[in-house]
Amino acid sequence: MSAETRKYFNTAAGGFVLALTTFVAFIGLWEGAVRLFDVPKIILPPPTSIAVAFWSMLQGGELPWHTAVTLYEILLGFLLGALGGLLLGFGIALSPLSERIFYPYVVAFQTVPKVAIAPIIVIWFGYGVTSKVIITATIAFFPLLANAIMGLRAAPQDQVEMMETYTASRWQVFQLVRLPQALPYIFVGLDVAIVLSVIGAIVGEFVGSKAGLGYLILQKNFNFDMAGTFAVLIVLSLIGVGVHALISFVQRRIVFWIDVSGERVTGA
Amino acid sequence: MYQPNAGLSRMSGADRRLVRISNLEKKYQTRDGKAIHALADVNLDIEEGEFVSIVGPSGCGKTTLLKILTGVLSRSSGDILIAGSRLSGPSREIGVVFQAPVLLPWRTVIENVMVPIQVQKRDRAEFESRARRLLAMVGLAGFEDKYPSELSGGMQQRVGICRALVHDPSFLLMDEPFGALDAMTRETMNEELQRIWQESKKTVLLVTHSIPEAVYLADRVIVMTPRPGRIVEVIKVDLPRPRVLAMHNTAEFGKYVSAIRRHFNSAGKLDA
Repeated sequence: MSAETRKYFNTAAGGFVLALTTFVAFIGLWEGAVRLFDVPKIILPPPTSIAVAFWSMLQGGELPWHTAVTLYEILLGFLLGALGGLLLGFGIALSPLSERIFYPYVVAFQTVPKVAIAPIIVIWFGYGVTSKVIITATIAFFPLLANAIMGLRAAPQDQVEMMETYTASRWQVFQLVRLPQALPYIFVGLDVAIVLSVIGAIVGEFVGSKAGLGYLILQKNFNFDMAGTFAVLIVLSLIGVGVHALISFVQRRIVFWIDVSGERVTGA
Repeated sequence: MYQPNAGLSRMSGADRRLVRISNLEKKYQTRDGKAIHALADVNLDIEEGEFVSIVGPSGCGKTTLLKILTGVLSRSSGDILIAGSRLSGPSREIGVVFQAPVLLPWRTVIENVMVPIQVQKRDRAEFESRARRLLAMVGLAGFEDKYPSELSGGMQQRVGICRALVHDPSFLLMDEPFGALDAMTRETMNEELQRIWQESKKTVLLVTHSIPEAVYLADRVIVMTPRPGRIVEVIKVDLPRPRVLAMHNTAEFGKYVSAIRRHFNSAGKLDA
């Protein structure tokens, strides 16, 4: 590859062209292999029949409805879990007493796999969206808790001392140094939590539900509709990529000073 | 520009003393229970407008002394008066320049300089024009809206100096402010600091590792030795003002340097 080509692929437009080419080649290879070796549709459907299934599910309103249900569960669960994790994290980081009271339970709770308690939550809160929101919230909770605690303790001692010599109060040190220093950590937590939230909602739907993409996957699988299952998987990965991109977008705007140095390293 | 009496003119009556440190002691225990005698019977008066340097090897307590003066570290016993009032914690009368610039990376240059104003809830508009004047004075006009990561180490330290001066404190404390800079930048910064001091008429206490830097800048050099940290000699520097870098090569300058270095021949830990 010539130096010019390599340089082009490093630009935004070049990166897009590269990704698109790879994608088209991959899909072409898949389609060709399935047709060439005559793979049964029930094992691996070709991309064309996945596209047909996707289109008909979209037209029938089936896909939009279940997508809306799952998105609702993901976003609401994420918001509640993240907010709870943040609040408790702030409390623990700022008060040694609350750390001694709550932290042992938090750790004990975290060691329990959330997937294992999903059936209990479905029994307690029913087959509707509430149980999925709660399962998602329990999963989104911990990344924010851990990162908020770590972030609030990450402020360098010299910055804190600098503020103190200028007669800053404890609250001013928190507001002007500890909080901004915690933001990069909090965004790492948000990113982890939102991706886990997608898993949480689907797991909840697998355990017992009347709607949602997880429910749809089970239904399609039950009917040996592999093309339909794959179509749902596409929507799920689009959701995952979308929510991750949303967090990154906000992150770049809010913790811009981390990005600036990052760009300098790669841009050099 | 030769002014033989420039240094002497500052010497006058006791009423000009801005800082009075008497019988200062600092003892503390390390985590493994060892008792450290960091400062022993430190007595020092600093006149208004005076430039005082403290030199000494690592562990002589000079940074401890400075931290006690900034108010973030408590003293074991003794008295400190600044502008007539007893020091008990951080004071608005003090501006501090640290070893590292310690700028907040999410704030622009001007916002960093304004930190003391914001913390002390002073009039923003009034002090912002002062902050801009200070930045212009250190040659950073036009850099007000840049972020610290876009500045060189020397420029960042100059921002730190402006931040220490913005709230118009009467006493400027500097803790090895140029230790991290290369030799060339350091000399430039020394020249600049002398100019800033002459223009702002502040009282300055500079802690440094470098004997030539101490001599070049100070009216008096305080020599400290470790275990326990105490003042062993106070040397008055009678070199004319304003001082120029070429003075480093004069015999008189060399006499001051060797008079100070003599204290450390056994320790041998000090910079050239």
